Amino acid sequence: MPKEMRDLLIHGGRVIDPGSERDQVCDLLIRNGRIEDVGKGFAIPDGAEQMDATGLVVAPGFVDPHCHLREPGYEYKETIATGTAAAAAGGFTTVCTMANTNPPVDSKTALETVQEISSETAIVNVYPLASITMGLRGEQLVQMGELSQAGAIGFSDDGVPVSSSRLMRHALEYAQMFDRPICNHCEDPSLTDGTSMNEGAISTKLGLPGTPVQAEEIMLARDLALADLAGGRYHALHLSAARSVDLIRVAKDRGLRVTAEVTPHHLTMTDETVAGRWEPVSAALRPYDPVTKVNPPLRTEADIENLRAGLADGTIDCIGTDHAPHADHEKRVEYAVAAAGFSGLETAFAVSTELVRDGVLGLPALIARLTAGARVFRLPHGTLAKGAAADVALLDPDLEWVVDAAGFKSRGKNTPFHGQTVIGRVLMTICGGNVVFDLNQERIETAGALGS
Amino acid sequence: MPLHRKHLLDIDDFSRDEITTVLDTAESMSEILARPISRVPTLRGKTIVNVFYEASTRTRVSFELAGKYLSADVINITASGSSTQKGESLVDTMRTIQALGADMVVMRHHESGAPYLAAAELDCSVINAGDGWHAHPTQALLDLFTVRKELGELEGKKLVIVGDILHSRVARSNIWGFTRMGMRVVLCGPATLLPSTFQNLPDANGLLSLELDADAAIEGADVVMALRIQKERMQAGLLPDLREYAALYGVNRARLEKASPTAIVMHPGPMNQGIEISPEVAYGSSSLIEKQVANGLAIRMSIFYLLAGGR
Repeated sequence: MPKEMRDLLIHGGRVIDPGSERDQVCDLLIRNGRIEDVGKGFAIPDGAEQMDATGLVVAPGFVDPHCHLREPGYEYKETIATGTAAAAAGGFTTVCTMANTNPPVDSKTALETVQEISSETAIVNVYPLASITMGLRGEQLVQMGELSQAGAIGFSDDGVPVSSSRLMRHALEYAQMFDRPICNHCEDPSLTDGTSMNEGAISTKLGLPGTPVQAEEIMLARDLALADLAGGRYHALHLSAARSVDLIRVAKDRGLRVTAEVTPHHLTMTDETVAGRWEPVSAALRPYDPVTKVNPPLRTEADIENLRAGLADGTIDCIGTDHAPHADHEKRVEYAVAAAGFSGLETAFAVSTELVRDGVLGLPALIARLTAGARVFRLPHGTLAKGAAADVALLDPDLEWVVDAAGFKSRGKNTPFHGQTVIGRVLMTICGGNVVFDLNQERIETAGALGS
Repeated sequence: MPLHRKHLLDIDDFSRDEITTVLDTAESMSEILARPISRVPTLRGKTIVNVFYEASTRTRVSFELAGKYLSADVINITASGSSTQKGESLVDTMRTIQALGADMVVMRHHESGAPYLAAAELDCSVINAGDGWHAHPTQALLDLFTVRKELGELEGKKLVIVGDILHSRVARSNIWGFTRMGMRVVLCGPATLLPSTFQNLPDANGLLSLELDADAAIEGADVVMALRIQKERMQAGLLPDLREYAALYGVNRARLEKASPTAIVMHPGPMNQGIEISPEVAYGSSSLIEKQVANGLAIRMSIFYLLAGGR
């Protein structure tokens, strides 16, 4: 959709740019897809389109370090077109995609497939990761050199933990030649075999085999020990357990090049929802509703507390959605059989604002965590600095709305937040100077569709 | 008193009054069963479909007979002979059964929670006949019925459940049933089959405790319930050896002497004699194992009757 771009002035909004520690009511000028100027009192060019952002927050477009867009291979779950539309609706202008597509991204050809589809259909920036091992089988390393050169930003077998310590060691050693992070899904497979939720009183009551937090702690501790041995950059995906935060903190204190991520749902939901949720009625869940099933599983209040503390003090670098869309028929089955994962891009911001209301961190810090994925992968995004790509999210942090999965841009309607009233809404998303999401326009179109 | 419920999925939220209603109704059903011709027309014209995704003899036959004694049309479906083998989903099977006109579905399933999925998808009543490790509510009700017949008042009595608690839906349902009626429940088994998370179960009213030593657990018990040990538990690394299990946890005559002199012995079946229970105990004077089976019929008739709106 290349069209002639007019200059765009967003004025009167509260501009929050964590990178430059800016938090002030000022103006933002976009020209030719880049941030031309930000601040007060700069000259406004003639003919610039003006947008009044009074009362709103102007933030860098969010960067998701972890999502599954499913294409190629699982287009019935999601495509790069629908997934990036969901990203835009959630304020994300950059998404890092996991390699567990079909075929998996374990070769230059597969990587180029993702890149080509993205260049044709994506409406936000897509940065693919490649897998660590061929076919995600945990046996043989992928050609990290060629893949890095071709644009893989990091390596991950996400969905399948790298079980062999020897192979993980070599992955860490080898990837540092190309300065790419190794990202592991931390679960000891021998402790997760056949499990489908957190191990504890709730799993005991429900008679569902549970995954103890130790499954994550063991794998994470091993990985950190190997990072110490091998050097290299290591990124811990979707941490769920309280003590994982402590492990990361110690590793960082020792100077290891380690980063960590947490999802909005692991910061806000516990395993009690697997036993059902009765309040509010509009968001009621029956016991064993697979909409609560996710890997790693939802844990406990104590875990949430420590994850929040870790996010607040910077031990955990970023929020990642682990957006994992699934088709209805994969979730409308027995709990143990159901696919794990939530469709997360469109609710991430609204769900995370609970942290601000709970006093865990301020809105600027929350925005920092929602954009810090760019630092993990060293991407030139997540900033409103002059000259940067004009990736902008326009937010109303106080707007209440009700999550309606049926209205998702994502093909994955699998969200435990359906029917829930949440606070904080993305009103507009601009990527590279293009408006890729406009809530008002959506409303007009929806109304028009209903009218006709 | 009617039972204001559509489904029987678990008894964890049953009140004492509700349990009493089911047991009292089962007494009436026992009277019907004692007649020369035990058939009554209560559910005439109703269709009950037994869907069993897991092998079962006593439970399936018990539900089938219970329906027939109440004059319902009863159809049995087993997973091995159904479209499930062709890959049909549980939801689709359920909807098909509903389209065929079922009024009640009795479901046995190897996955915990499967009956909740059925209940969410169906308009008719769903009765849980055992789901995974989770619940076996009619077994707990028949156990309560059996114990009440034998001991009268339940309040203050002590039940010991010995065996593979971790994998037992019978144990879970009995925890809720017996504590709700004011009995103390002691869970006993090897630590691999009795994780400490059982101690943290909500809503057990402080009446639940764990004991790894079988002799200590059985001390002074009014009811001793042995659970079936499956041989697969050894492969999973949960038990070294069945011989050692029998020595440490088998309910035998010597161990039973520690219980109350009037103690009764139960087992949900099927039994591994000589492993979790010795033959002299299983067939001894304190054993109610066969009575459990007979009482199961009355309980299932009671449940059909009450869920159909009877009072």
